Amino acid sequence: MTIAIKADGIGKKFGALSAVSDVSFTIEEGEIFGFLGPNGSGKSTMIRILCGLLQPTSGRAELDGLDVVAHTEEVKRRIGYMSQRFSLYEDLTVDENIDFYGAIYGLTRAELAARRRAVAALVGLDDRLDQMAATLSGGYKQRLALACSLLHQPKILFLDEPTAGIDPVARREIWDLLFRLAAEGTTLFVTTHYMDEAERCSQVAYIYLAKLIAIGRPQDLKRLPEITPAGCAWVEVTSEDATQLLPLLRRHGDVVDATIFGEAIHALVRQSTDAASLIEFARQQGGVNVACRAVPPSLEDVFVSLTRMRRATEGR
Amino acid sequence: MFSGLWAILKKEVIHIRRDPATRFIFAIPLFELLLFGYAIDTDVKHVPTVVFDLNRQIESRQLVREFENTHYFRLVGEVGSDRELQDAIIGGRAKVGIKIPPDYSTNLVNGRQGQVQVIIDGSDSTIATRVLNASQQLGFIKSLERDGLSPSQFSIDIRPRLLFNPNLLSANFYVPGLIGIILQLVTVFLTAFAIVRERERGTLEQLLVTPVSKGGLIVGKLLPYTAIGFGQTVLVLLLMVFLFGVPIHGSVALLLFLSMVFLVPALGMGIVISTLARNQSEAMQMSLMTLLPAFLLSGFVFPRESMPLPIYLISFLIPATYYLEILRGIILRGAGIVALWDEALVLAAFGLFFMILSVVRFKKHLG
Repeated sequence: MTIAIKADGIGKKFGALSAVSDVSFTIEEGEIFGFLGPNGSGKSTMIRILCGLLQPTSGRAELDGLDVVAHTEEVKRRIGYMSQRFSLYEDLTVDENIDFYGAIYGLTRAELAARRRAVAALVGLDDRLDQMAATLSGGYKQRLALACSLLHQPKILFLDEPTAGIDPVARREIWDLLFRLAAEGTTLFVTTHYMDEAERCSQVAYIYLAKLIAIGRPQDLKRLPEITPAGCAWVEVTSEDATQLLPLLRRHGDVVDATIFGEAIHALVRQSTDAASLIEFARQQGGVNVACRAVPPSLEDVFVSLTRMRRATEGR
Repeated sequence: MFSGLWAILKKEVIHIRRDPATRFIFAIPLFELLLFGYAIDTDVKHVPTVVFDLNRQIESRQLVREFENTHYFRLVGEVGSDRELQDAIIGGRAKVGIKIPPDYSTNLVNGRQGQVQVIIDGSDSTIATRVLNASQQLGFIKSLERDGLSPSQFSIDIRPRLLFNPNLLSANFYVPGLIGIILQLVTVFLTAFAIVRERERGTLEQLLVTPVSKGGLIVGKLLPYTAIGFGQTVLVLLLMVFLFGVPIHGSVALLLFLSMVFLVPALGMGIVISTLARNQSEAMQMSLMTLLPAFLLSGFVFPRESMPLPIYLISFLIPATYYLEILRGIILRGAGIVALWDEALVLAAFGLFFMILSVVRFKKHLG
């Protein structure tokens, strides 16, 4: 496998503030790399460094074997970038935006004609070419942004929260597109807040307070020993009034940790307690229709646990 | 070096075509030209005047008529007391009061000096000076006439001849200068906004991850505005000639060529501003900061020769100063390149300086 992106001890400081600190990872070609973390943890900064928009204070990054700082302009020919905010021209039509970016990337007339057709069909914009970009819905704006960033057939595509604020159907469709691109060999670097999206990535990294605190395949992260300490197990407790039950459950001596997960409660419990006694406890506290079963930890459980542990070691 | 220039240029033209503000691109210079051309009129004529005639004889009435005949004075009424005269001036109804004492005609007939008081509102120094001179001159000529002397009999005859603007019309002086001011106003603002707007809307970030070159981006943005600036120059020149009747004495081709030379530093300032400003309101303030010195210190309104030394020296640092010299030189005095090459050279140097500064300042990355 060829390495598409290699980050080695990347750090970025804005004055005294450390936005990214000592981040390293390796991404192989055709991977979908999910980059997660709370707002302000350094996700966008990291993307901007890899795209050559920001210079790192320390460390180095290579894209397709090229040093990002030394060969910024060559790197730019190999990457596509879709920023968090819609950043195309709203007073231009879909077609004009595509034309513009095609020309900027130096596509010939024939190349542009072919790519325009291919890309418009791929993202499903073929019947909206004459529409003003300003009048597109959020989902279609994202499709247009994606189309423009794909015109020059980049090897690596950076997507900064590509599905933020768009409806679930459009979200699904965009992810279908991303999978297709990855299958064709494009490497995708995606930031997101959605755990279901993270589950679909071949590798995920979690950044917290500028530092990378977890990285690996989703299934490997769930098996991390610090997520499920020895003698403990993850259970899912369902009840009609899960939110009322949560604080009560947390008081149970054998419950190490509990959080709401959808309509259920995910709890880390000591194995000294079994499902039956937990259900009995919940019923005594007033729980209705209580059920309990063993589950693997979700990615959210993983990140929440890691964040808490990190907070504890940072002395907070 | 200039990759992406054509794409940027084409896109910019679409922006300009679709921007609702474009409708005003030619309205703004037009409006300013009319405003300044007609409103800034330092030609003093028909100053409102009241008369307090205590004499009421043929001689006094004749004197009033002669005041009127100079065209500097326009009679707006008679007053019956010193108090009324004062009130007319304080109230702004008149700027001049002529008071003729009761013994005016008697004194004249008996060969004594006839005294007349002219009270002038000194708050506007230009008007006051002109009126003062006109009234003194009237008295002087009237006295000579009464003594049987005519100017042709003077032992020394000074004959002033006014070159280039024989009727001393202020439009001839202001309108050519106005071309420079309008051109700077429009080009600096337009270009300053062109890049800042992209920064503010986030479209610049997208552009910066592409292989577009700095030169292509900057020049591609500049060219459409150069064309607009040039179009405005031509428009204002046409209006100047046909509406204000200010003829161009020198070469029109040279004037247009040197106008292009001036556009380079003006556009360059705009681009430098856009690399400094983070948003449109900052760009607005900085553009205004370049405009005010051009307006006040370039010699557009106030003659540079009478400025205090430090300010006079500062005026050398303003590109508009040189362009105004060129404009007035060619339009009013018919000057050629031989007389104006040094101004042209300084403008070209300014242009080069701002262009280099903008390319150095403009970074293809954020933060």
